[in-house]
Amino acid sequence: MSSKERKPGNPFASATSVSAEAFPSIREKEAVGRSLEEIAKILRRHVITMTARAGSGHPGGSLSATDIVTALFFRVLRYRPSEPCWSERDRFILSKGHAAPLLYAALAESGYFPVEELSTLRRLDSRLQGHTDRTCTPGVEMSSGSLGQGLSFGIGAALAARLNSQSYRVYVLLGDGECDEGQVWEAAMAAAHFKVDNLVAIVDHNKQQIDGWNWEVMNLEPLGEKWRSFGWRVIEIDGHDFDQILAAFEQAELVKGQPTVIIAHTIKGKGVSFMENNPEFHGRAATPEETELALKELA
Amino acid sequence: MRELSSTREAYGKTLVALGKENPDIVVLDADLSRSTMTRLFAQEFPQRFFDCGIAEQNMMSISAGLAASGKIVFASSFAIFATARCFDQLRVSIAQPRLDVKVVATHGGISVGEDGFSHHAVEDLSLACSLPGFAVIVPADAVEVAQVVRAAAATPGPFYIRLSRPKTPLVYHNGYQFVLGKAATMRQGSDGTIIANGIMVARALEAAKNLSHQGIDCRVLSMPTLKPLDREAITLAAKETGAIVTAEEHLEQGGLGSRVAQVVVQHQAVPMAFVAIKDAYAKSGTPEDLLQRHGLTAADIEQAVKSTVARKK
Repeated sequence: MSSKERKPGNPFASATSVSAEAFPSIREKEAVGRSLEEIAKILRRHVITMTARAGSGHPGGSLSATDIVTALFFRVLRYRPSEPCWSERDRFILSKGHAAPLLYAALAESGYFPVEELSTLRRLDSRLQGHTDRTCTPGVEMSSGSLGQGLSFGIGAALAARLNSQSYRVYVLLGDGECDEGQVWEAAMAAAHFKVDNLVAIVDHNKQQIDGWNWEVMNLEPLGEKWRSFGWRVIEIDGHDFDQILAAFEQAELVKGQPTVIIAHTIKGKGVSFMENNPEFHGRAATPEETELALKELA
Repeated sequence: MRELSSTREAYGKTLVALGKENPDIVVLDADLSRSTMTRLFAQEFPQRFFDCGIAEQNMMSISAGLAASGKIVFASSFAIFATARCFDQLRVSIAQPRLDVKVVATHGGISVGEDGFSHHAVEDLSLACSLPGFAVIVPADAVEVAQVVRAAAATPGPFYIRLSRPKTPLVYHNGYQFVLGKAATMRQGSDGTIIANGIMVARALEAAKNLSHQGIDCRVLSMPTLKPLDREAITLAAKETGAIVTAEEHLEQGGLGSRVAQVVVQHQAVPMAFVAIKDAYAKSGTPEDLLQRHGLTAADIEQAVKSTVARKK
C-alpha cells in the first residue's frame, strides 16, 4: 500500500492577512449541531460575499450546487482538515472548477483554512485561485477550470483505491453544460468498463450554460438514459432537497459492480431570487447593492 | 554498419523490470499496447495495466488521478496522439500540478514511414517542451531508453519521452550512463559541433566521420534531454568550436534547434544551421525515403557543417 503523495507546492503557506468581520464563521464544532439548511445558507452567503469582493467569479453555478456540496462536506465525506493529504480520505473532485467559491467556502467552514481567508479570492498571491488549483489550496484535489477532465481524474483515484485495497470513495461534481465535452463520455464508458463502484458522479443539472438553456445551446436529453446506456446506475433527485440528496448518496454506497451517477435537478442561482435562473449570474459577481439584497434574502 | 536495437522493446522490458521492483508502477495505454510494447507489462501485471481504448484525453486525466493517489504512472500511445490529441489534458491534469505521469510515446517523427502524415509526429517535441514542469527526452538507442525510463520512474514530476518506430543503431559505448539534463560527448572535435538526438545521433556520427576525411574535425554531442537543456555543454561547444549544427527528426521550429539557438544567442553567438524538417508535412514512403526527401541524412548534416564552418570569422 502506498502512503506517499508526492504533492508539490506548499498548500500550508501562511494566509494573506485579511479583515475578519466580513466573514462571520460557523466554526467546525458548531457546524456539527447545525442543520444542513443553515449551513447551506452560510455557504451561499460566503459565495455572494467572496465573489462580490473579488469583483468577478461564478455565483450562479456555485449556488445551484451548494446543497449537494453541503450534504457531502457536512454529512457524507470522511476527511481530516488538519491532514489534507490523509491517504484514506474520501476524494471530492470539483470538475466544474468555476464553482471554486463554493468549494472554498465548504473547505473553510470544514476547517481546512481560516474562513477569513475567503476574502482573498482571486487576489494576487491568494491560495484561492479563480478556478481550483491543486498546488496551492489544502483540500483541493485537482486543478480544474478547463471542463471535462474531472471524471477521468476520479477514475484514476478510484482505481488507485482498488490497487491499494483502500476503502475511500470518490465523488466528482460535474456541470450539465460540462457534459457537452466529449471526454466526459470517454470517462463514462471507461468507468463502467473498469467497474469502479467506489466512484459517484453528480451532475448539477441546473439546465443553463453561458449561452442559454441547455436545450438551446446543445441538447443533453435524455440525460439519464444516456448515462444508463453507458452502464451507470442512475439516480435522479431534486438537488435542493436534503432528504433526497442524502438518500441518493446512501443508495450509491450499496451499488456494486458499476459506478453511480446522481442527476441532481437544480436551479442556477438558487437562494437569491434575482439570480435564480438568470444566466447573467453564471459569470458575474453581484454589485454592492445586489450583494446587500442577496444577503438579506439569505439571512 | 552499427548493430540495430528496438527502442520500443527496450521500453517494454524496462517496464516489466520496474514493475517487479516497485508495486506503485502502473501503466496505461490507448489501444496500441502491441505497438508501444506496454503489452509486455500487461502480461506480467494485468492488475496494474489499464487499456483505456482509443481515448487519449481520458487516459491522460486517469493517469493524473492515479498519480495524485501515489502511483508512478507510465502512459503510452503514438507520439502524435499522446501530445496533439490531448494537449489540454497534459496541461491542466498533469503539467500544472506536476504529477508523476511519464508519457512514453512511440512512433515519433517521419521515420514512422508509410502510414503518412496523420501518424508523423513532427510537432510533439515543441508541444511537450512548451509545458512548464515537463522533462522532455529523446533517447538515441535501446541502451539509453532503458536508462531514461528508469530515471523517469525515479524522478518526481511529468516526463515526455519520445521513441521511434524503426530499430535504431546502437550508438553508445559500453558503460554509458544517461544523466537527466546532460549531453554526452560522442566525439571530440574543434572545428564545429553537431548536436543531435534520437535517430539523428547515428547520422551525426557518420557525418563527422566523413568530415574528418575532408579535414574537418567535428565534435558530436548527443543531447537526449531537450528539457531541462544542458546549457553548459552548448555554450562550451560554441566557445571551443565556433560553429553549431543541430540535427533532429522534428519541425525546425520548437524543437532541439530552436532550444539550442536560444542558448547560443544569449551566451555565445556563433554561426548555426538546422538540420530539421522544414515547414511542411511529409507523405507516405519508406522511412529512409522520407528521411532523404526531408533532408535528414548524414550527407545533409555534412553539407550543413561545411557551410556553417565556412561562416566562422
